[in-house]
Amino acid sequence: MSRRPGSIQAMAAMIEEQPQDRGRVLRRLVGELKPFRRAIAVGLALVVVTSVAQGVAPWVISRAIDRDIVGHRSLTGLGWSMLALFAIYAVRSLAQQAQTLSISGSGQRMLAGLRQKLFEQMQRLPLGYFDRHPVGDLMSRVVSDVGTLNQFLSQGLSQLVGAVFSLAGILLAMLLLNARLALVCFTLVPVMLLTTAVFAARARTAFRKTRETVGEVTADLQEGIVGIREARAFNRTDLNLERFRARNAANRDANVAAVGITSAFSPALDVLSTLATALVIGYGGWLAWNRQLSIGLLVAFLIYVQEFFRPVQIAASIYTLMQSAFAGSERIYAILDETPEPLDESGAVELGSVAGRITFDHVVFAYDEGRPVLRDLSFDLAPGKLVAVVGRTGAGKTTIASLIPRFYDVASGAVRLDGRDVRGVQRESLRRQLAIVPQEPFLFAGTLADNIAYGQPGATRDEVEAAARTVGIHGFIAGLARGYDTVIGEAGGTLSHGQRQLVAFARAVLADPRILILDEATSNVDTRTEALIQEALATLLAGRTSLVIAHRLSTIRHADVILVIDHGRLVEQGAHDELLEAGGLYAELVRKQFREAPATQALVAPA
Amino acid sequence: MARKPGGVPGGGKALWRALGYLKRYRADAFGAVAALVLASAASLAAPQMIRLAIDGGLGKRRFHVVLVAVGGLVAIAIARGLLNFLRGYLAEKASQGVAFDLRGALYERIQRLSFSYYDQAQTGQLLTRLTNDVEQVRMFVGTGVIQLVAAIVMLVGAAALLVLLNPPLAVVALVAIAPIYLLIRAFVARVGPLFMRVQATLSKLFSVLQEDLQGLKVVRAFRGEAREAARYGRENEELLGLNLHLVTAISRNFPYVNFFANLGTLAVVGFGGYEILHQHLTLGELLAFNSYLAFLLMPVMTLGFIASLISRAGVSGVRVFELLDTPIELTDAPDAVPLPPLQGRVEFDDVRFRYAGAEKEILRGVSFTAAPGQTVALLGTTGSGKSTITNLIPRFYDVTGGAVRLDGFDVRQVTQASLRGQIGVVLQEALLFSGTVRDNIAYGRPAATLDEVREAARAAQAASFIEGLPQGYDTVVGERGVGLSGGQRQRIAIARALLTRPRLLILDDSTSAVDAQTEAALQAALDRLVKTMSCTAFVIAQRISTVRDADLILVLDDGRIAAQGRHEELLATSELYHEILSSQLRSGTKKNAA
Repeated sequence: MSRRPGSIQAMAAMIEEQPQDRGRVLRRLVGELKPFRRAIAVGLALVVVTSVAQGVAPWVISRAIDRDIVGHRSLTGLGWSMLALFAIYAVRSLAQQAQTLSISGSGQRMLAGLRQKLFEQMQRLPLGYFDRHPVGDLMSRVVSDVGTLNQFLSQGLSQLVGAVFSLAGILLAMLLLNARLALVCFTLVPVMLLTTAVFAARARTAFRKTRETVGEVTADLQEGIVGIREARAFNRTDLNLERFRARNAANRDANVAAVGITSAFSPALDVLSTLATALVIGYGGWLAWNRQLSIGLLVAFLIYVQEFFRPVQIAASIYTLMQSAFAGSERIYAILDETPEPLDESGAVELGSVAGRITFDHVVFAYDEGRPVLRDLSFDLAPGKLVAVVGRTGAGKTTIASLIPRFYDVASGAVRLDGRDVRGVQRESLRRQLAIVPQEPFLFAGTLADNIAYGQPGATRDEVEAAARTVGIHGFIAGLARGYDTVIGEAGGTLSHGQRQLVAFARAVLADPRILILDEATSNVDTRTEALIQEALATLLAGRTSLVIAHRLSTIRHADVILVIDHGRLVEQGAHDELLEAGGLYAELVRKQFREAPATQALVAPA
Repeated sequence: MARKPGGVPGGGKALWRALGYLKRYRADAFGAVAALVLASAASLAAPQMIRLAIDGGLGKRRFHVVLVAVGGLVAIAIARGLLNFLRGYLAEKASQGVAFDLRGALYERIQRLSFSYYDQAQTGQLLTRLTNDVEQVRMFVGTGVIQLVAAIVMLVGAAALLVLLNPPLAVVALVAIAPIYLLIRAFVARVGPLFMRVQATLSKLFSVLQEDLQGLKVVRAFRGEAREAARYGRENEELLGLNLHLVTAISRNFPYVNFFANLGTLAVVGFGGYEILHQHLTLGELLAFNSYLAFLLMPVMTLGFIASLISRAGVSGVRVFELLDTPIELTDAPDAVPLPPLQGRVEFDDVRFRYAGAEKEILRGVSFTAAPGQTVALLGTTGSGKSTITNLIPRFYDVTGGAVRLDGFDVRQVTQASLRGQIGVVLQEALLFSGTVRDNIAYGRPAATLDEVREAARAAQAASFIEGLPQGYDTVVGERGVGLSGGQRQRIAIARALLTRPRLLILDDSTSAVDAQTEAALQAALDRLVKTMSCTAFVIAQRISTVRDADLILVLDDGRIAAQGRHEELLATSELYHEILSSQLRSGTKKNAA
C-alpha cells in the first residue's frame, strides 16, 4: 500500500512507537494482576482441584468396570462407585464455577483498572501530544486494544492455565512410567520450542500490523463522522467511501495474514505431536519387540503422549487471541509510558487570589521546533485592566492566550502572574484564577445548565441564570420548552454557532475568574448582542484583568491597553486613540475595517 | 438453536441477516466447514493406525506393519494439519470479509445520513457500533457459526450412531443430558439482556472518552480532569459490574453443562453395569458405547461454551442493523433531474423550517429572491436563522414549509450531487482533515493540480502564509490543524470552497477570525472572483465592512425578514439595520474620521 504523504498512515508512521520487549509486556501484564493475587491464587488452587477431579474420574470408571462389573459382580459396589463418581463430577463443576468467578472476575477488574488508567493518563498528557495523535487512534486503544486483552482473558486464560497444569502432571507420569521412552519423546520438545519461537516472531509483526490498521480504521471513522458536514457539502461521499474501503481492506488483509500464521501454528504442532506418537510406536515398538516393554505399558504411553499434546493444542488454539492481546498491550503501554505533563515542580506553591498582573518576559515559543510562533515577546499588564490583543491572523494571539494557563511551556523566557512564574505554581491553582472562552466553543453532551456550570459544578440554578443573563442568552434559554434542562448533543445540536459561543461565555463568567481570557469569544455573535454583553461585563469584571483577542473594532475599542502583535513580536502598545494617532499597524488595521466609513458616520454619529 | 439466540428481541433475526453476508464468501465458508469435518474424520482414522500397529504389528510380530502404521499416522497428521490450517484460514477470510462488508455498509450509511441525524447522534456511540459491535458479529460468523455447524452435525450424527448401537443405553444417555437444553435456554435468556446493557454501557463509556478528547482544552482550562475521570469512572464501574454479572452467569452455565454431560457417562456406566450384571449386555459393548459417547458429549460442551458468543453476537447484530436501517431522510426524488449549470437565481418562497425535535420554528415564512451574480448579505441577531437559510440552499435539511428554488428548480426536485457540486460552502467552524494543506484545499476536487490549488489559496489570501510553512503545501496538518491559527484555518476552508469553482458561494461567518486587513484583501479578491465568474454569493458576517457592499442585504429578526434592500435603502428605511450599524460604529467612526 502506498503511503501518500500526509495521509493518516504517514502521520502514524511519524509517531510509530518503538516495539517493546515482549517479555516486559508480559511481566507488566502479570503485574497488573497483582492486586488480585489472592483471588488468583484461589483460582489456581481450584484449577488443581478440577484437574485432579478430571484425572480421577476415568480411574473410578475403570475401577467400577474391573471390580464391580467384571470382578465382584456387585450391584451395591456399582452403586457406591456411581455415587463416588457423582460426587467427583459435582465437586469438579463447583470448582469450575468458583474458578471462573475468581479468575475471570480478576481479569475483568484488571481490565476496568487499565481502562481507567488509560483515561487518567490521557488527562495528564501534555496538549502537544494530542496535536500529534488522531483522536480516533487514541480511542481505538481504549476500545479495541483493551478488547483484545478482554478476549484473551475471558476465553483463553483459564484454558491456558488448566493446560499448563495438566502438562506438568503428564510429564511427571511419563517419566515415572518409563524414563528412557519419555526422554526419547522429549527430544521433540526443543523442536517444538523452536517452532513456537519462529511462529511467535512472525505472528508478532503480523499482529502489530492488525492493531495499527485497526487504529487507522478508527481514526478514519472518527474523522468521517466529525467531518460529515464538509463531506456532504463538497460531494466527497464517494471518495470518502473509497478511502475508507482502502483502510478497511488493509485491516482485513492484515487480520487474514496474521491468522494465516497462527492457523499454521496449530497444525505444525499437530504434526509434531503425531511424530511423537510415531516415535513412541517406533521406538517403543522396538523395545516391546525386544521384550523390554510390555504392550500394556506401550498403550498407556501412547495415551499419555496424546494427552501431552492436547494442552499444547489448546495453547495453540488460543495462540491467536494471545498474540493479538500482546500486540494490543504494546499499544496500551505505549500511551501509559508517554511522559505526562511535567508534574508541578516540587517547590510549586498554591497560587492564591491574584491581583491580575500579567507579564511576558522575553518569551520564545514554538509548536514545532524551528518554527517559532512567539519570538522574544515582552509586555507587562497592570492588574484590573481590559487588554485587547490584535494582529494579523497567525501573529501568535491565541498562543499568548494558551501560555497564560500553561497549556504549553515556553521555550525560553517566562510568563508571570503577579510576578510569579507560572511554572512555579500549582497548575490547578493557576487555572482556578483564569477562565477562557476559546475560539471554537465546545459543548458537552448534557443539559445547558451542566454546560454553563462546567467550571463550577456546585453552582445553584440562580447563579447559572445570572451568568446566562450577563451574556444575554437567558432569554433564549428561558424560551426553550425545558429551559436550562434542555439536553444538547455533543456538537451543540441545533444551537447556532453564536449561541454556542454565548453558552461557553456564560461558563467562563460563572467560573468567576480573576483573569478572563476571551479568544474571539464573540466573533460569531451579532454586534448588538455583543454591545449588551460588554455593558454587563463592565460592571462584572470591574477590578479584574481581561484579555480579549478580537478583530472587530467594536470589541476592542474600549480596551484600556491594546497590544499589537506581529510575527510573534509586540510592535505597538497603547490605547485606541494613541495608536490611531501613531499611524502604525493598528491604524492600518482599523482603516481597513472602516474603509469608506465616513459615509455612514454622518447618520450614525448621533447615536 | 440459532432462531432464538440473544434472548433479546430481534437477536435471532439479526444473526440470520449477518449470516446472509456470508453469501459472498460461501466458497470460503463451505471450505472451512468441510475442512473441519474432514479433519475430524482424519482424527477418527488415527486410532485405527495405532490399533493396527499394536494388534497387527506387535501382536503378530510383523515389524513392517508397525512401519506402515507409523507412516499412515504421519500422513494422517499432515493431512489433518493441512485441513486445520485451511479451516482456520478460510474461516478468518470469510469472517473478515463479512466484517469488511458490514463496516463498509455502515460507513456508507453514516456518510449518507441526514444532518438532522448528526444534530442528535454522538460520535462515540457510532464508533462503538462500527468497531466493537462489528467485531462481535464477526467472531460469531467466523468461529461461532463453524463451531455451531460442526457441533450440530456431530451431535446429530453421534446421537443417531448411539441409537443404532444400543437404543436403551442411548435413551438413558440422552435423558441424562437433556437438562442441558434447559440450562442453555435459561442462560441465553439471562445473558441476552445483560449483553445489551454491556454494549450500551460500552457506548456510553466511549462517548465520554471521545467527548473528553475532543473538548480537551475546555476540560483543562476549567480544571475538569478529575471530574471527567470520575464521570468516566462511573461508566467504567458500571461496565465492570455488568461484566462481573456476566462472569457469574457464565460460571453458572458451562460447569453445569459439563456436569450433565458427565452425568451422561455416569448413567451409561451405571445402567450399562446393571445390564451387564443382568446379562443383557457385554462388557465390550459397553466399552464401545462409552467411547462413542464422547462424540456426543464434546459438541454438547462446545454448545455450552459458544452460547454466550452467540448471545453477544445477537445483541451486537441488532445494534449494527439498527444503524444500517436508519432511514436516509434526504434522498433524491425518484424523478430527480440533474441540475443544469446554474445561472444563480435563488428564491425562497414562504420558507418555514423547524429542526427535528425542536419545538420552535427557526424560519417563519422567509421569502426573497436573489438575482444571478448578486452578493447577498445576511444580517441579524444570534439565533435569528441566518445559518439555517444557508443550510437550506444546498439542501442539508428539507424545508418544513414553502420551497427553496434555484433557477426555478425546487432543490428537492434535483439530484443532490448535481446541486452540491455547484455550490461552494464555507462552514462556520473551519474543520481541517489530517493530511497536507494541499489535500485539505483539494478536498472537494481531489484531482486539482498544484497550480489550481495555489490559485485558490491566493484568492483566499492564504498563499503567503502557506508558502511560509516548512513544507509549503505539503505541510501535514493534523485534525486539530496544529500550529495554524483560527484565521488561517478559515482561509484554507475558503480556498477549499473556491477551488470547486462554485456557481453559488456560501460564506457562513467564515472570516470571523480573520483580521481586518486580510479580510479587506479577501473581500476584494472575492469581489473580483464573484464578478468574473458571475456567481451568486451568500455571506453571513457580523462586520459591517463585509456587508455594506452587498447587492442585497437581508435583515433577519426571529425567523422573519425584517427588511431587505441595499445598504443605502436600509439606512433610510430600517430601524433595525440602523441599530445594528450603530452598535458597531459607535465612537469608533468618530476617531476614524478624525
